[in-house]
Amino acid sequence: MKYEVVIGLETHAELDTESKLFCGCSTKFGSEPNTQTCPVCLGLPGVLPVMNKKAFGLSLKTAVALHCEINQFTNFDRKSYYYPDLPKNYQTSQNYFNIGNNGYVDMVVDGEERRINIHNVHLEEEAGKLVHPEASDANYSLVDFNRAGVPLLEIVTQPDMRSIEEVENYMQTLRNILLYIGVSDCKMQEGSLRFEASISLREHGSTVLGNRVEIKNLNSMKAVLKVLAYEMTRQSSLLDDGKEILLETRLWDDVDAVSRRMRTKEDAHDYRYFPEPDLVPFWINQEWIDETETAIPELPVCRRQRFVDELSVSDYDAGILTEDKSLADYFEECVAISQESSKELSNWIINDVLRELNEQKLNVQDFVISPKMLTELVEIKPTIGSSIAKEVFAEMVNTGKSAPVIVKEKDLTQMDDTSELNEIVVKVIEDNPKAVEDYGLGKKNALAFLIGQTMKITKGKANPKILTELFKQRLSSISK
Amino acid sequence: MSITNEEMDHLSDLAMLKLSAEDKDLFTKQLNTILEYFDELQEVDTSDIEATSHVLPIRNVFREDKVEESIPLCECLQNAPQIKNGFFVVPKIIDTE
Ligand SMILES: [Zn+2]
Repeated sequence: MKYEVVIGLETHAELDTESKLFCGCSTKFGSEPNTQTCPVCLGLPGVLPVMNKKAFGLSLKTAVALHCEINQFTNFDRKSYYYPDLPKNYQTSQNYFNIGNNGYVDMVVDGEERRINIHNVHLEEEAGKLVHPEASDANYSLVDFNRAGVPLLEIVTQPDMRSIEEVENYMQTLRNILLYIGVSDCKMQEGSLRFEASISLREHGSTVLGNRVEIKNLNSMKAVLKVLAYEMTRQSSLLDDGKEILLETRLWDDVDAVSRRMRTKEDAHDYRYFPEPDLVPFWINQEWIDETETAIPELPVCRRQRFVDELSVSDYDAGILTEDKSLADYFEECVAISQESSKELSNWIINDVLRELNEQKLNVQDFVISPKMLTELVEIKPTIGSSIAKEVFAEMVNTGKSAPVIVKEKDLTQMDDTSELNEIVVKVIEDNPKAVEDYGLGKKNALAFLIGQTMKITKGKANPKILTELFKQRLSSISK
Repeated sequence: MSITNEEMDHLSDLAMLKLSAEDKDLFTKQLNTILEYFDELQEVDTSDIEATSHVLPIRNVFREDKVEESIPLCECLQNAPQIKNGFFVVPKIIDTE
């Protein structure tokens, strides 16, 4: 493209708490409308909000995990605006003393490390949910306040991303971090993870930012990628025509796949932030920060690098293994209890375990084959051969039995006794003179045919390597 | 510091209040009287005083993350001008042009 694209992203993640941010109403998803409300989250006069300690702790945890500078003194502010889903006509949020500032997310793009800077991490309350009736002539909207007051974490990047691929990578990396540290379930279909993007274009080499367009209402990563592609095309054709990009807010319409200009007055962004008098300020002492740091597990990007450096797994495979924390844990458990190569174990997990999990729509914690069982199979594999090992794996999935038990029950141990195999080879050669003749004439598949006959007799248990050797020796002596 | 008529327009827009010309004049005057008090406050030397955002000397008031019973639906909706299937009904929201 003729222009360089500059993208920043705001991510909203609902925090994984049982109760709302300032009251005891449940955060459960999918209940009947307005059944999880109380005077606090309905914004009735005279109520007093009290901070949910877990929500505050999870916010701190995220800020620490994203390498932010923690504001030890932090407090909350009222962000005033009118919208029907906002019962108090202001949102309790943070503006002057965010819980965290100036952090970063490291990620790997095309094998290169890339750092996206985080401007701030702050905690706020969710708004309610607006439901628009399907009939286009309906002159009303409906409001459900079950979601109002659910703790919401906002993570704001600097305008650091330069391509749609980087945005995709950032969203996945961030989601993995949030899942790893257990602060949000990140279920996009339930709105637990949402995005707002800002995008501008400029000539390559320019250091001045172009006018940016903000896009709201992005409920999935796919929507983010689609709208950015759409905006790049829209904005670059405007620039090509010598037109100006307007500083504006647009909404993404997923159905028609277009972005539309939002109806906003020029002064709509006058939020008149001021400190929330109903909440006292917060002081995060060093001990609390230290405790939080120790509670953060190794993040995916570091774990991936460690798998490559220490366990000789390819970068691609390490990426797959670390995408899901429990899968990476599974792999590490296997490595810890087995003498087999970690490469071999990783292959089994990526090819066989993952396929089963996808088919059965299971989490690895619920998988019938435990790490110990998988390592037993990998250890017994040299005595049964690769193809039978795959059958044993399938049998393990079906019956939950261990590999050694299945091998014993079905008598699957590979025949690699040379003299025993030699007898069968002699017999097969006697019984198939035509194939032997073909082999002498240089027909290559004659050998495959003879091996196939032997496998039939041995029910696939013959060691294919030894078998091939034996046939080659004997056949070459015959043709001489 | 004082408020102009234009600022008064802006404020009433933000507050979603339709004010008559007389009201605007009256409120502009009244707000400016209040702001004069603040001018007096501005004269106090605060250079040695730490900024404060709250009058109470308390910090870190938390509640545990425990679910408590919500109010019944009928109570939730009792102040609503209009309801439908357990929802609050509001004028149609149109976001885009
Ligand atoms: Zn409530």
